[in-house]
Parts: sequence; C-alpha cells; structure tokens
Amino acid sequence: MDIKSIAPATKAPRPRPLSPNIQIYRPQLTSVLSIANRITGIVLSAGAVGLVIWLCAAVAGPGPYAIVQHAIGSWIGRIVMLGLTLAFFLHMCGGIRHLVWDTVHGFELRSIYISGWSVVAASVALTVAAWAAGLYLGGWL
Amino acid sequence: MNRQSFRSPLARAIGLGAAKRGSQHWMAERVMAIALVPLTLWFVASIIAHAGSGYTAFVSWLRTPFAAVGMILLLIALFHHTALGLQVVIEDYVHSGARFAAVIAIQLGCYGLAVVGIIATMRIAFGS
Repeated sequence: MDIKSIAPATKAPRPRPLSPNIQIYRPQLTSVLSIANRITGIVLSAGAVGLVIWLCAAVAGPGPYAIVQHAIGSWIGRIVMLGLTLAFFLHMCGGIRHLVWDTVHGFELRSIYISGWSVVAASVALTVAAWAAGLYLGGWL
Repeated sequence: MNRQSFRSPLARAIGLGAAKRGSQHWMAERVMAIALVPLTLWFVASIIAHAGSGYTAFVSWLRTPFAAVGMILLLIALFHHTALGLQVVIEDYVHSGARFAAVIAIQLGCYGLAVVGIIATMRIAFGS
C-alpha cells in the first residue's frame, strides 16, 4: 500500500472557495468604482507610454511630431483621448477618495455612497469642462 | 509543504515577503499619488492651453524651466506610481511562475520609459 495516500501530512490542501463570488453578486456602486479604479489605472499606464512616445516625437523634429499630432487629431485618436481624459479624472477623483479613506474617514455606508457618486459626477463634469475648454481654445468650438 | 516542519508557522513567516517591506510599497504609492494630483492637473491644463498650437509653440513651452522641471517631476511620479500599482495588479491575478518575470518586466519597463521621457524632455529643454 502506498504510504503517501494515508499520511495526512502529504495530502494536498483542498482548494478553498474564494470570496466574494462576484458572478452571483449584483453590481453595486462600491464594487464597480473599486474595479474601475484599477481598470483606469491600467488604461492610464498605456497613456503614460503614449506620453513618452509624444515627447520622443517632439525631440525627433516637426515631421514626427506632426504624425503623432495627426494621429491624436483623427476621429479614433480623439475618441481614445476622450476615454483617457475620463479615465484620468475617474482615477484621480477615486484616488483622492482612497487617500481620504487612508486617514480612516468616510467609511459609513452613507458617506461611501455620497463620495462614490461625487467621484462619478466630478469625473464627468471635469471631462466635459476640459474638452469644452480645449475645443474652445483650439478654435473648434 | 511536503514534509512535516518542526518550525512554528510564525518562525517560517518572519522575514518573508510582505512582512518585510509591504508598508514602504504602500506608502510610496500614496506619496506619488499626492504628488501626481497637482502635476497631472498642471499637465492637463497646459495641454488644453496649447490646444491647436503647433510644434514651435509646444517646444518653446517645454523650454521654459518651469515646464521642463514640471515634466520631469511628472514623469518620475507617474512611472513610479505606475510601477507600484501594476505590480499589485500582477500579484493579485498572476499566480503562476510568470509572476516574478512579469513584476520584473513591469519595473524595468516603467523605469526605462521614465528615463527615456526625462532624456527627451532634457533634449528639448537644452536643445538649440
């Protein structure tokens, strides 16, 4: 008889159920904003790479810079920039909310929902304001 | 663990992983986050102010000492925060042997890109 099959010390631990079981949960503002903060962070990492490409294009001269500016100015480029702007403001406002939480404030359920909806409203308002200002100053409005 | 260990669970955990430097990682991510609030808002405002202006206007803006210093500080804080944040994402979702390689790749990529961005900014700032 194989001694390993009866020795409790060698038995592999049974995989434990993981919590929370997100597939049976109804999305809540709290959980949606939590994962949104992480997703926007990953999206903004790609934006950071874009910032370096943009700076390198500026070093390379007016020609390469114009190519990058042309890509940004295209319809796809503008949609990407609009998405990045919203992701930036969501991540910044959500990050400020997290910094407040780090001081052990605002954990009451009511405060959490007030701050959550404030993050959503502020992000949308700041994105609209930034684009309105940009389009106005750029002479497109 | 295959063999019964005579060491206590505490003795095996002391000095390993997050028990050592986790708080530094946590604090650095937040210090960079605080720095990024004014830096990114300044950057976005500058981009908006330069909307529609061309190459010459952008380069002359980046040649001002304030803009060059701001851009370099932005790149340092941005990529430090990105490296710390993406490392946590990998540690949460990658459980295979690729985890260590992924964390190293993120760190090297982020700090490499930061240096490239800083050198690019300096070349514009000090260029003729």
